[in-house]
Amino acid sequence: MMDTPNTASTFDVEALRGQFPALQQTVNGKPLVYLDNAATTQKPLCVIDAVNQFYRLDNANIHRGVHALSARATEHYEAAREQIRHSLNAAAVEEIVFVRGTTEAINLVAASFGQRLKAGDEILISALEHHANIVPWHMLRERIGIVLKVIPVTDLGALDLSALPALITSRTRLVAVNHVSNALGTINPVQEICAQAHAHGVPVLVDGAQGLPHGLVDVQAMGCDFYAMSGHKAFGPSGVGALYARRPWLDELPPYQGGGDMIETVCFDAVRYAPPPAKFEAGTPNIEGAIGLKAALAWHAGLDWPSITAYEAQLLAAATAGLKEIPGLRIIGTAACKVPVVSFVIAGCHPHDIGTLLDAMGIAVRTGQHCAMPVLAQLGAPSGTVRASFAFYNNTDEVTALIRAVHRAHALLS
Amino acid sequence: MPNITPQDAIAELKSEFAFFDDWTDRYQYIIDMGKALPAFPADKQDDAHKFYGCQSQVWFDAEWQNNRLMLQGTSDAAIVKGLIALLFRVYGQQTADEILATTPDFLDDMGLKTHLSTNRATGLMGMIQKIQTLAAESKKTP
Repeated sequence: MMDTPNTASTFDVEALRGQFPALQQTVNGKPLVYLDNAATTQKPLCVIDAVNQFYRLDNANIHRGVHALSARATEHYEAAREQIRHSLNAAAVEEIVFVRGTTEAINLVAASFGQRLKAGDEILISALEHHANIVPWHMLRERIGIVLKVIPVTDLGALDLSALPALITSRTRLVAVNHVSNALGTINPVQEICAQAHAHGVPVLVDGAQGLPHGLVDVQAMGCDFYAMSGHKAFGPSGVGALYARRPWLDELPPYQGGGDMIETVCFDAVRYAPPPAKFEAGTPNIEGAIGLKAALAWHAGLDWPSITAYEAQLLAAATAGLKEIPGLRIIGTAACKVPVVSFVIAGCHPHDIGTLLDAMGIAVRTGQHCAMPVLAQLGAPSGTVRASFAFYNNTDEVTALIRAVHRAHALLS
Repeated sequence: MPNITPQDAIAELKSEFAFFDDWTDRYQYIIDMGKALPAFPADKQDDAHKFYGCQSQVWFDAEWQNNRLMLQGTSDAAIVKGLIALLFRVYGQQTADEILATTPDFLDDMGLKTHLSTNRATGLMGMIQKIQTLAAESKKTP
């Protein structure tokens, strides 16, 4: 994930690819080269089978059901919570709240933590944020008049931490930053940010949407107060994710949404809320999603991570080196620590045209602003970029295919 | 005044497309059509003439001459500009009746429907709707 390795990896990518049915297809008559993994990842058979199995045999609503299927569904659902705890290395399973994904996790914190805030209180985000970690705070600004402050980003696309001490003030109530930039691939020094914020008594939320897919996350080592993640970015189903929150916060914060399952008693005069995490989980959740996510994370945790990290660094190095050879191509985001994401522009070529031509050649990339307009405007790519985002199931042939296809697109558009 | 009806133009485009067996070559053809599009007046390349897309922008203008709709347009993206040229071959210099009788379904037949979907967000759909609206409004005008 971080450094370019000196030794060749022994990681068997072809065996791994065999577990992903979606990768075994052609698009526009060409073998699919799927390089849109930062948007969503493909799913291994174990995830597809887990969701299938749930609907074939175990489907029932969870919690409080007295019958066998409900007990089974509940058991699987709660085992999924334990798997997430394990994958994030949270201290206790109660610290894992099921949500729809990272966006909802951040909105949950904005809604519940936001009730503590007053006009003039400050939330500190960074210039690298996805819109999901900007707009919920902007909505609080509109509603109660909080102040949004921004950690600047360098021209390489790394956070400028030298600015941090001056940005944390007596009015700072929360720091909310991403673990890994979706638009550029920059890995942010979240542990250092947590240490500096905590030295001033300020809690930290980490948007982990892009963090977990590229390695195991250790929220205790990181020291964050909140960590938001999405299942679909980490080889699991869409519409399910988790918010990790340190237990004291879950006790202290008010509930998010009201409804069934988040209460102990209800009468028309009073409601007693359930203890966390149920307090934050109103209504029937995405049960099959949680069960699929359990399969994904159990599989993910069993992989050979030192080899994968080295392999991903090789993919990044090869793609970066090959693309840089293309005349007029400029890579946006060249920080020292990156996941295998290459965001680029080519002088005189619109990103949308490049993406369309790559699709014609069977290569799936994302083009545009990547929900991160502020940072792309700053780094001189106001019309957006072409983003090739790799997962460890991509192989070096696909890197070569990408480089050839971008060469060809460039020739067609020149 | 065009020599051909929208239906004839569509048939021509489809046969030209059939000549290519590869999408990359079709896009090359579309890009070349865009390059041949008459220059869009610089003074009209403003917000008033723009259809905003999430990824690319379209600038467009139209006026009636002898009951036929004269079209001008461009885009900041080469393929979108080519698609504008393609659409102008069908809708340009046609009467309101002909325009209204020609839905953009032919793009679906040609495998180009995705370019109009909200997913692609090119601004092209806005332009087509505007052409249809102008045709419908001209029918109401006494």
